[in-house]
Amino acid sequence: MTNGGVRHGEPLLDVRDLRVEFRTRDGVARAVNGVSYTVAAGQTLAVLGESGSGKSVTAQAVMGILDSPPGFVTGGEILFQGRDLLKLGKEERRKVRGARMAMIFQDALSSLNPVLTVGAQLGEMFEVHEGMSRKKARGRAVELMERVGIPAARERVGDYPHQFSGGMRQRIMIAMALALRPDLIIADEPTTALDVTVQAQVMDLLAELQREFTMGLILITHDLGVVADVADTIAVMYAGRIVETAPVHQLYKAPAHPYTRGLLESIPRLGHKGRELYAIKGLPPNLTAIPPGCAFHPRCPLARDICRTDPPPLYEAGPDRASACHFWRETLDGGKEIFDGAR
Amino acid sequence: MAPGDPASVPAPEPLLEVRDLVKHFPLTQGVLFKKQVGAVKAVDGISFDLHRGETLGIVGESGCGKSTVARMLVGLERPTAGQIRYRGQDITRLSGRALKAVRRNIQMVFQDPYTSLNPRMTVGDIIGEPYEIHPEVAPRGDRRRKVQELLEVVGLNPEFINRYPHQFSGGQRQRIGIARGLALRPEIIVADEPVSALDVSVQAQVVNLLARLQSDFDISYVFIAHDLSVVRHISDRVAVMYLGRIAETGTGEQIYDHPTHPYTQALLSAVPVPDPEAREHRERILLTGDVPSPAHPPSGCRFRTRCWKAQELCAQVEPPLEVPTEFRESTGPAHHPSACHFAEERRVVPDA
Repeated sequence: MTNGGVRHGEPLLDVRDLRVEFRTRDGVARAVNGVSYTVAAGQTLAVLGESGSGKSVTAQAVMGILDSPPGFVTGGEILFQGRDLLKLGKEERRKVRGARMAMIFQDALSSLNPVLTVGAQLGEMFEVHEGMSRKKARGRAVELMERVGIPAARERVGDYPHQFSGGMRQRIMIAMALALRPDLIIADEPTTALDVTVQAQVMDLLAELQREFTMGLILITHDLGVVADVADTIAVMYAGRIVETAPVHQLYKAPAHPYTRGLLESIPRLGHKGRELYAIKGLPPNLTAIPPGCAFHPRCPLARDICRTDPPPLYEAGPDRASACHFWRETLDGGKEIFDGAR
Repeated sequence: MAPGDPASVPAPEPLLEVRDLVKHFPLTQGVLFKKQVGAVKAVDGISFDLHRGETLGIVGESGCGKSTVARMLVGLERPTAGQIRYRGQDITRLSGRALKAVRRNIQMVFQDPYTSLNPRMTVGDIIGEPYEIHPEVAPRGDRRRKVQELLEVVGLNPEFINRYPHQFSGGQRQRIGIARGLALRPEIIVADEPVSALDVSVQAQVVNLLARLQSDFDISYVFIAHDLSVVRHISDRVAVMYLGRIAETGTGEQIYDHPTHPYTQALLSAVPVPDPEAREHRERILLTGDVPSPAHPPSGCRFRTRCWKAQELCAQVEPPLEVPTEFRESTGPAHHPSACHFAEERRVVPDA
């Protein structure tokens, strides 16, 4: 296995101050507004956010699959194994994509070609990228299917995508992403469309393969539960910015941003029948008119005058932690009472 | 379900009694002369009661038949067999005027707030449409005021009455769907995955709204969802479905803290818990394989093909949904109906 000369722990991907906007008829939607993060080989970064937070758009920009127009990268750098991807030509970029980094999407049925057998789709990767003969490629396809846990792979290699269940299709997607042994995998809501019991199987498979091949993994999700199970580091996004980053245990134990805190308080827990849930008031902002100052201030129980005028920088909130809140210390220490009071 | 569940009988007479409900969808072959070659057994004999003012949660994975149950309850689907008794009257045999009168009292809230609202109708027309069918509820001149009241009840600005669905966010649309469900002041609302399509921060708002409406208007809910945490939060009693049958049923505490059916245990243990520390101390039961096709359910116990406890007996005899023998004498929380030959208590959800 090649790993592009990157060893465990070294930064594999370094996104710096990325900006993306969509030019639409209704105005310019600022989807990503200065996002920076790093992913090391063997590390899992979870990007958590609600719809419209910019989590998927950031990933699309990294993969180079942004719909353009209307989407445009307007600033920043995407350093992958030391090279700025935004400066590469189309052809070079295409080589990186697929071979060195791969993506897994939420909806496997619409991501696979319905008129080709899964064997042909998996084998094609080897024929195109590695110049293998069709027969040999077919053999590799069977190996891959076995590796991702598809029972009776040899018999099923000639089946079409619709003949597989949702969980099995997602395994085939994972097999395709892994085929060329990439260094980085971006998984965009990989288990959202699956049932809980199948969700757990697929997540376990993904984590196991990541360890085995020491890949970097970016897991994009809205589900606080899925993240807790697999991530090393979490980046929480809101209105196109990262509002908090922290190692997974610390984020759940003591969030340093009121938005994160609100999200954690607002989910019902399996362990008890709750009374009223804490609900973050209002709605996520319209990206064509993001509120001035801190974008979260209209919904925040801690908001004061400064929040309406000065956008908070990412304050260092401890080792490996950062929070884009003027009152991160207050949130970290005594936020609980404030939230109980706002309930 | 055995209705003798002492902890959970708020009223002596159930509002809704479902008995041996069955829905088979025929599988046909041929174009001109359609020949039935089999049937998808979407719902295959389920029974439960619903009391006034309570919430019954139905959980299960896709294909377990929970949505088909919902559709039969509101009359969108006609059962193949079995009874749905509303106030003692079997509504599956009704038609015409009598059916219309019953339907007024059993309304539905749908999952997808995007496709369940007609994009060409204003919010006022959408919420007021039930009054066209049941004009006795609101005289024509009174409707606009009623709709505005409803908008206010679900937390939307009454001035939005002339807007169109696309002008609202997902959470607001779901509120519109709820307002429509409330328009006829039903006694029962069947909610099929009402919060699944919503973002986390908005989901809490809608869950709270549903809870408030229940206490304000004394509504009974049948709350169908795949999200076990949401179901626990909102339900008084819970039924776990697997392949068209109820596997286990009881109060929230009985099902979540003292499950005795292996499927319930596996389902609960697979739920991702938003707390990395609790997660390290919990037991995970990983099921192998997928849910079998409802067109060819396994013989005997339907869960046996994925069950780690399965033995010969399970393939031959279908376990009935009743309190298992070993817990019959017990007065503890394990005393609840569970369709398993080898039921045993196992705690899989960590303490909150």
